Amino acid sequence: MTHTDPVISHQDIVAAIRASTADVFATMLGLEITAEDMQTEPAVTTAPSSGLVSLIGLAGNWCGTGSLACTPAFACRMATHLVATPYDSVNEDVLDAAGEITNMIIGNVKTVLEEKVGPMGLSSPTVIYGRNFQTRSARIHEWIIVPFTCGEERLFVQMCLAPNPDTHRDGNKGTLRAGFQVPQVLTG
Amino acid sequence: MLDILIVDDSAAIRKILQRVLRQSEIPIGNIFEAADGNEAIAALKAQRIGLMLSDINMPNMNGLELLSQVKASEIWKNVPVVMVSTEGSQAKVLEAVQLGAAGYVRKPFNADEIKEKLAKFF
Repeated sequence: MTHTDPVISHQDIVAAIRASTADVFATMLGLEITAEDMQTEPAVTTAPSSGLVSLIGLAGNWCGTGSLACTPAFACRMATHLVATPYDSVNEDVLDAAGEITNMIIGNVKTVLEEKVGPMGLSSPTVIYGRNFQTRSARIHEWIIVPFTCGEERLFVQMCLAPNPDTHRDGNKGTLRAGFQVPQVLTG
Repeated sequence: MLDILIVDDSAAIRKILQRVLRQSEIPIGNIFEAADGNEAIAALKAQRIGLMLSDINMPNMNGLELLSQVKASEIWKNVPVVMVSTEGSQAKVLEAVQLGAAGYVRKPFNADEIKEKLAKFF
């Protein structure tokens, strides 16, 4: 990467996440959601956690991972509003809905960021649901975490994005790999 | 009345689109579903599809590959294909239009956007 190459700032990512998440919730779910202050987390091994995490990989001149994390109850609520069918426990439909909501949120963030750094590819979402799982991010870059509240529930939209060392020549030796940070709020 | 094929790897999106179409005043016939491009090709071979709504990012065969195959086919080339995707960049929209897409709806969408895009085909 040369000094003239475009750079994505934390503010760019946070603004895109806030706008995209609000748009998806208002348009597809009919729910109002409020953004809280952004947080950052280093790559560390997290405490055992519980809940639902949905992950999508991004690849291009910049690459990384976007994710959504919430409680099982809020995942059911999101699916209920998206599909207009009541869900009171996590099943295949709820996992599919969580994956698609992640796809729409991160996909629209990607579209905004592509104006700065060029085309990026988007992977299919992977959704993980369980109790007492432990996660570790196998890379050196920090995560940007944007918490949202919707009634009594919280949702975390997260992104880790950095220049792709395979496509830049600025001496960046960082090895960016897909990984994710589970917010402590999900810890059981 | 046209039979419609919905192609999306998310069952939730297929269900939402089915509901939007059924609740619209558009005179539609049967609605068929496919989870990727390969399933869509199979459905096109088995049914008389008059209009197709397709996602872009899908496993096995993505929506743009499907669109290319449909437009290259003597049998299906006149079937209108409307892309419904999170891919919202100008470059991607242009690529779809150049491949022969008859319309483009960006996710997230509302029911009115879908109805407005489809109205011209009925």
